Amino acid sequence: MSATTSYIGKSVKRVEDKRFITGKGKYTDDIILAGMVHGAFVRSPHANAKIKKIDISKAKAMPGVIAIFTGADVAAINGVPCGWQVNFKNGDTMKEPKHPLLVADRTKHVGDPVAFIIAESREEAKDAIEMVSVDYEKLSCVTNPAEAVKPGAPLVHDDVPNNICFDWELGNPKSEVEEALSKASHVTTLDFVNQRLVPNAMEPRSYIGSYDETSDKYTLYTSTQNPHLIRLLMCAFVLGIPEHKVRVVGPDVGGGFGSKIYHYTEEALVTWCSKEIGRPIKWTSERAESFLLDAHGRDHVTKAEMGFDKDGKILALRVKTFANLGAYLSTFSTCVPTYLHGTLLQGLYTTPKINVDVTGVFTHTNAVDAYRGAGRPEATYILERLLDLSALEMNVDPTELRFKNFIPPFDGVKQPGYQTQVALQYDSGNYHGVLEKGLEILDYKNFRKQQKESAKNGKLLGVGFSTYIEACGIAPSAVVGSLGARAGLYEVGQVRVQPTGKVSVFTGSHSHGQGHETTFAQVVADKLGIPMEDVDIIHGDSDTVAFGMGTYGSRSLAVGGSAIVKSIEKIVEKGKKIAAHKLEASEQDIEFVDGKFTIKGTSKSLNFAEIALTAYVPHVYPADLEPGLDFSSFYDPKNFTYPFGCHIAVVEIDRETGKVDLKRFIAVDDVGNVINPMIVEGQIHGGVAQGMGQALLEGVEYDEDGQISNGSYMDYCMPRADDFPMFETASQVTPCPHNPLGVKGAGEAGCIGSTPAVVNAVIDALWSSGKKVKDIRMPLTPERVWKAMN
Amino acid sequence: MHVKIKVKVNGMEHVHEVEPRLLLSHFLRDTLRLTGTHIGCDTSGCGACTVHVNGKAVKSCTLLAVQADGCEVLTIEGLSTNGTLHPLQEGFHQEHGLQCGYCTPGMIMTAADLLKNSPKPTEEEIRHALEGNICRCTGYHNIVKSIQYAAERM
Repeated sequence: MSATTSYIGKSVKRVEDKRFITGKGKYTDDIILAGMVHGAFVRSPHANAKIKKIDISKAKAMPGVIAIFTGADVAAINGVPCGWQVNFKNGDTMKEPKHPLLVADRTKHVGDPVAFIIAESREEAKDAIEMVSVDYEKLSCVTNPAEAVKPGAPLVHDDVPNNICFDWELGNPKSEVEEALSKASHVTTLDFVNQRLVPNAMEPRSYIGSYDETSDKYTLYTSTQNPHLIRLLMCAFVLGIPEHKVRVVGPDVGGGFGSKIYHYTEEALVTWCSKEIGRPIKWTSERAESFLLDAHGRDHVTKAEMGFDKDGKILALRVKTFANLGAYLSTFSTCVPTYLHGTLLQGLYTTPKINVDVTGVFTHTNAVDAYRGAGRPEATYILERLLDLSALEMNVDPTELRFKNFIPPFDGVKQPGYQTQVALQYDSGNYHGVLEKGLEILDYKNFRKQQKESAKNGKLLGVGFSTYIEACGIAPSAVVGSLGARAGLYEVGQVRVQPTGKVSVFTGSHSHGQGHETTFAQVVADKLGIPMEDVDIIHGDSDTVAFGMGTYGSRSLAVGGSAIVKSIEKIVEKGKKIAAHKLEASEQDIEFVDGKFTIKGTSKSLNFAEIALTAYVPHVYPADLEPGLDFSSFYDPKNFTYPFGCHIAVVEIDRETGKVDLKRFIAVDDVGNVINPMIVEGQIHGGVAQGMGQALLEGVEYDEDGQISNGSYMDYCMPRADDFPMFETASQVTPCPHNPLGVKGAGEAGCIGSTPAVVNAVIDALWSSGKKVKDIRMPLTPERVWKAMN
Repeated sequence: MHVKIKVKVNGMEHVHEVEPRLLLSHFLRDTLRLTGTHIGCDTSGCGACTVHVNGKAVKSCTLLAVQADGCEVLTIEGLSTNGTLHPLQEGFHQEHGLQCGYCTPGMIMTAADLLKNSPKPTEEEIRHALEGNICRCTGYHNIVKSIQYAAERM
């Protein structure tokens, strides 16, 4: 292996940038296939309605219309499946109603597709929507999960009593937690809503289905985070077509944030219909459809209680959550409020008794699934809101309260991992370190003085803290399998050395903004001792790349990168055999340093390109060795990785209007070893902005009819450039002890840590002015903050 | 009914017969195949489709193609000259001002208009100028730095 590193740890500029800054990126909607036609959907305007009659005759006669499919046409096709089974407490399997490609009988949320129109042009397909006549009988609906479980609430699925998909519990027995809370000298209680969010990747979802009769083969171009997973789900579970007869390509993808993990009904429809009509079909979501149908995030109604002894040590935590799953189960919707939420409630603290109880609920709303952070932001919000609020209620300093309760540092090597009360075992951590660093950057003592002085001048300043942990690098297949996952969560990495020593790397990870073409190349170049320019990273095509699992849960480098490292190790091992033969030395005497295979202690060596050429032109070659230098590896992680950090928000509230101004945001993150600091910082920035968006700006509003009343950029408040100060970021490095790169993952950290920091800062500002407010419902709009003050 | 229009795009004259309802954004993408101009919404809220029309930054979804008849349009594809990146393109690369790249063409075209009218903008002016462009990846931090990078070199 290379002894010196020239790329790892450096802020190498991204190799993928050039195509994006010159307008040469290739997103799905940029692709035009010969003979391609366009699809558009007739969607239900009602949340819960019986379809009494559909008349498509007038629409079919419209100019350019080629075909129209309705629910009856696809009734024999399976629905899209859910990829994670969560059982009821009594062992019963969760309720899993069919999610049909098109609805035939009863729509279950606004936007449910009723008919799919295919026409020569996008405009002609849309014109025909107006001409489809659907006779609906509108029924009453329910959108709030805590209301949906009450007796008499409208049912989403007739065969799902009380709309309950599952009930689930984790941690210590309820009785033990009850007892600990009863002995507490102080219990902080918080009832709140973790509101529903729209992921809002800037590229709307787009799909092209194409069928080639001569080879009996389908191709699906899709804006996805995981092409292979889409192929498997669509072939094996929905359409029943042989997997080797389907190619799924995820080209450039304009952001995902979770929303492009899932297998959507439209993907299966364009694929299936392309054979039916014999032409490629493109469907691209409009933003209005994205608001209605891209799987949403969060939407928990929660009650949480934390008990402390008289010295401020946490004794117990009890959490009850109603998790809104929407009308249908999206691919990973069931694991988000359970195994990605309940398992994180230890936080950074030594809390000895924890019980979390989650009810997964169907409502007449769009599906909810993983959105950047996925369950972990919800867990962090509970813990960090409780910590800051408890400090205010007990009149102690919120940072001292944290220091008192932090799990002591452990590296996972000399000291063992930390076993939590909620199933996970943390790999390594130094939680004191990140808070200390954050306080130093904040200049905490001075801040408190400044806060008092500002109050005299009529200003309302507040500071909020959040010290978070997350579980990333998902995940060991055996562990997630035992928890209900219907998939393995390894990754594949193939390293193909070309005869001239240039390297093509095929990864099952998928980049949709994360910069894998750069960071993965940095790793490969360093490990092989070759220039980065000699490495090409290839991803996103199921015909080119072996079966991979894709990108989500901050897993690409920790899992996908590790698979690549395994393949590099195999290449070096084989290279040593070839070098030993050519140099007439024993294999044990060959070392690989800085791109050269050298006989130890001599200057006799062969460089990487010479070995590559020999492998493909094996004239002088070991008798028992295969030619070629091309290895593929699957890496199944040994544990999750556990990045952590400290986020601090400073806000100023306008007393007249209630508007919250984010004055400073400090993020100290420990994501393990860092390959490219520039890219890690960029990930943190973006995550913080999304987390702040939840705290102050964003939130889906369903009205009593199940309509989204803010489903556009005119109404849904997206974070804009002038909502932020420059972020202050810093890092600490506690390597992951169980993967070869020592990396933990950075994609979601910003979004997990930031939300409670911002809300805590607002609450702190209010308490500093004597308004002892426990909670303001997110987003903390000027109106809500003003009402809390007045 | 189709209408004949003549539009100069990135220095090249194009004559086409278009439907009157065709948006300029679709004309650029579908008719001229200049797919660097992206479409991110239906309400002129996201700014991904920003181009220059007669030297001014315009969301190309707010104009009909027929309204661009006789106009000069500059898209992201026409911004670099003779293979040399525009300072803003260089700035976005150097300062990591993009991640997924989808909002990037619109951001760069908006910023180019800003720098034309205000060559040395303050951070506040930059952030204000980007009000009509949404980015979900970067938190805007590095976009601001990218524009500052370009401003220093123009």
